[in-house]
Order: sequence, then structure tokens, then C-alpha cells
Amino acid sequence: MVSDNEDMISLGVGEPDYITPWHIREACIHSLEQGETSYTSNYGLVELRDEISRTYTQKQGLYYDPTCEILVTSGVSEALDLAVRAITDPGDEIIIVEPSYVAYAPAVIFAGGNPVPVQTCMEDKFKLTSENLKKAITPKTKAILLNYPNNPTGAVMDKRELEPIAEVVEEHDIMVISDEVYERMTYDTRHTCFASLDGMRQRTIVLNGFSKAYSMTGFRMAYALAPAPVLAAMMRIHQYSMLCAPITAQVGAIEALKNGEEEVEKMVNEYNRRRRLIVKGFNNIGLDCFNPGGAFYAFPSVASTGLTSEQFAERLLDQQQVVTIPGNVFGRAGNGYLRCAYAASREDIKEALDRIENFISNI
Amino acid sequence: MDRKTRDILEILENDARATHEEISALVDMTPEEVQKRIHQLEKAKIIRKYKTVIDWELAGEDYVYAIIELKVTLERKQGYQGIAERLYRFPEVRSVRLLSGEHDIALTVRGKSMKQVAFFVAEKIATLEQVHNTATHFVLKTYKEDGLIMEEPEHVKRLPVSP
Repeated sequence: MVSDNEDMISLGVGEPDYITPWHIREACIHSLEQGETSYTSNYGLVELRDEISRTYTQKQGLYYDPTCEILVTSGVSEALDLAVRAITDPGDEIIIVEPSYVAYAPAVIFAGGNPVPVQTCMEDKFKLTSENLKKAITPKTKAILLNYPNNPTGAVMDKRELEPIAEVVEEHDIMVISDEVYERMTYDTRHTCFASLDGMRQRTIVLNGFSKAYSMTGFRMAYALAPAPVLAAMMRIHQYSMLCAPITAQVGAIEALKNGEEEVEKMVNEYNRRRRLIVKGFNNIGLDCFNPGGAFYAFPSVASTGLTSEQFAERLLDQQQVVTIPGNVFGRAGNGYLRCAYAASREDIKEALDRIENFISNI
Repeated sequence: MDRKTRDILEILENDARATHEEISALVDMTPEEVQKRIHQLEKAKIIRKYKTVIDWELAGEDYVYAIIELKVTLERKQGYQGIAERLYRFPEVRSVRLLSGEHDIALTVRGKSMKQVAFFVAEKIATLEQVHNTATHFVLKTYKEDGLIMEEPEHVKRLPVSP
């Protein structure tokens, strides 16, 4: 039903509505014309790792050694899987902050671990507190999986808010997997890389990628940054499962890092405008909407309508042909919410808001 | 210039029809504040004109465009300003630009037919005292105008639902 309907508007899709900037596509075409079709080093092209290292030094003041602390992967999904598998022994607990991206808990289960959810709520702006974190820690806790800016809530945590989390991490001697793929999409504050906090570099595996910032979802291009021994463990799995990321995509990634800044800024500015449009729109039609500080998702509450997330999303699709994602798929903390991606055109956002208003008035 | 002003200009550059209400939602200002800011920008001549890019070919109105390159003689005291003023007053002339390189000035001229443009160049432009050489290039097709791709071939269909 969803794929066939021409009149349908989708706020469901978690990917930018931009095509990869032309200069990146052009670099890939040129690379193919030159016959660059081979494997690369398991770690990824040296030039790409050098660029990643340079970027982190410049922007976060963090140095990662391109020879042994940076691994190029096929998407953050692969990097996440490698990170979880590299540090999880059977029975280990990994703390997941909910609402959370749908793949986190399964990744932990596949690795033989137990995902332990910690709920966040709109009153706390969907931020993790050190008190909540402490309550979830047991002797079996191996790590915590963080994702700020967050999918699906759009919550961000700044340096001051992350510091108490870092203290708990240190005190309980656990690790952190920090998925920072929405790093470039922060609107009101500057992004803080978790590894840049005092004492956290040696405990953190940073995951980041090109999909969101550079509109390169189909390239499956990402990387992990970690202390050498951890990265070596991830590398062992990577070399026997993936071997290396595709060379053409890596060439595109180099171009993105070298010359992509202007396009990123343009896209992020536009997301910011759409963010204001959709948040204001939801609040105007009576759906209480948390103001997301990052990513490209709005997470309005539908509790006031008396419908569950699923009922709301299903009926909205059925009656008004608007696709949204029910919040409960992101864990129990998402009950009563909807995830609406504003990586859709302004016209579509406006039309979707009109239809949602129409839907609510007929409940 | 502050961020919000820049945002307003960008929005208007892409869509001159955007209303104050629409812009206000996008830049987080009230419609009254937006109106005031735009008025200031108009007054300061930062906003010069509200323009519409029209595909006349598609509309069935076949205008003919030509780019005319000119070599001109510099005038005492006036430099290129005098000849530029003579040129930009002709309604047929859509743009006048001073160039570096082989030619001095480039004009874009619009007419109803090639003949009309050719006569205009021969009679009105080439005969000007300061003009001593012209090269006329007729435009055969416009692929991009003012940053807008006229025939956008790309249509990427996304999945309606994904992670």
C-alpha cells in the first residue's frame, strides 16, 4: 500500500531528501573512469583515514592515529555491529538509552549480550541523567550505547550535560559506544564528541559516517574511532566479514571531507528551517512537540488524542496517506509519540501537517 | 549580517513568493518582524527585485536570445560607464557586463526573431561611436538559468519507510 500510493506523503524515511552533492558523485565517476576498482587496505584507503584523522584533530581537538585507531566500514550499521561484538562477552549487559534506534538492541543480542534499556522522557528533554544511568549499572555492565543527536527524538546533550555521564562511566569502569552519525545536524549548540571529555578517549568507540551529513546513504560509508587494542579486535571481525569498504564509495568520502563543507552547511541550514516549520506546526495543531536540538526528526506526543502511537500512525496512513513511524518501535519510552522525519520538502511538510490536523479533528 | 537576515534572503532568492507568515515559521521570527526586516532590505537595495524564471519555450513564446560581445573604445573621464549607460537603456538589452579578456563588454539581448536581433545589433549597437567590433552568438538552448536547471532529469524515488 505504502509504495504504490502516489498521493502519499512520507515523513517516515530516515534519510536526507537530497541527492549526494554533484562534486562527490563526480569524484566517484572519475575514479571509476581511472579504473580504480580494486580492494583497499582492510582499514580503508590511507588518504581517507588521514582526512578523518585531520578532521577530528581540527574540529574536536582529538588525535586518532590513522594506522591503528581508524577503521573505515560499510555504514555505521557495520561499525556498530563490530563495536558491540568486539567488546561483548556472552551475558554482558549493554545499556541502551531509549527511545533508541531500532538496531541497537538486536545488535547486542546477536553478540550474545543482554540489552538493558534506560528510559528517557520529554520532561528531561530525552536526555540521559547520571542518576538514571547509575540505577541501570550492574556488575555485568560492559558498556553504554549513546546516540546524540538522537534518532528518533532529536535530543542533543552538550558538554556540560555529558560530563556527569562520563564521571559515572569512569567510576564504574565501563565503555562507551557513541553513535554520532547525526553530529553535523546540531542546530542550537555545538556538537561534543563523547571521546573529547576528560578520560573518555580510551573508553570510547566513536561511530560516525557520511550518510546523513553528506546525503550519502546508499554509499554505505562510515568509520569507527577507537583505542588501538579495541580497534584491532573490531578489525579482526571486519577483515573476515566485510574485508574492506567499496573503493568507489571511499573515494567519494575523501571528496566529501575535503570539499563538502559548503554543501553540508547549506543542507543543515535548510533542515533547521524545516525543523522550525514542523515543530511550530505540531504545537499549533495541539500535538505537544519537543523541540529537537539535532538530527532531522520531530517527536510529537499523540497522547492527547487518546490513541496509541500505532493506532495513530496506522489510521493516519489509512485516512490521510501520511507515513509516520510509531514511537513504540524505538522502545517503551517511545510509547505515545510519533517519529516524523523532516528530511522532506517544505511543501510536503506543510501538506502533511494540514492532513494531520484534519485527521485529529475527525477522531 | 546576522544569521536570520541571511536566511530570509536565501528563502526569498529561492522563492520570491514566500509569504511573511511562511518565512516567519522558517526563521523563528514573527510575521511582523519578517515584514519589517524585508522592508529594510528593500530600502537598503540589498533586495533589488523579485524575479520569476519563465520557460518561454514551454509557454510557446519563442523568444530569441543572443550574447553579444563588444570591443569598445574607452572614453575620457567616463571609462566604460558612458558606453554601459548607452547600452543598458535599450529595452532589448537584458544584461550588460564588463569583461576581462579579448572583449570588453558582453550583452544579453532578447528579441522576437533572429532577424530582429540581427537588425538591432547591426543598426543600434554596431553603429555606436565607441563600438568598434561585435561578435553575436545566438543562444540555441538554455540548460540552466539563474541557478535553476531548466529540464531537471533527476528523479530519485526514495523508499517511504526506512531506518
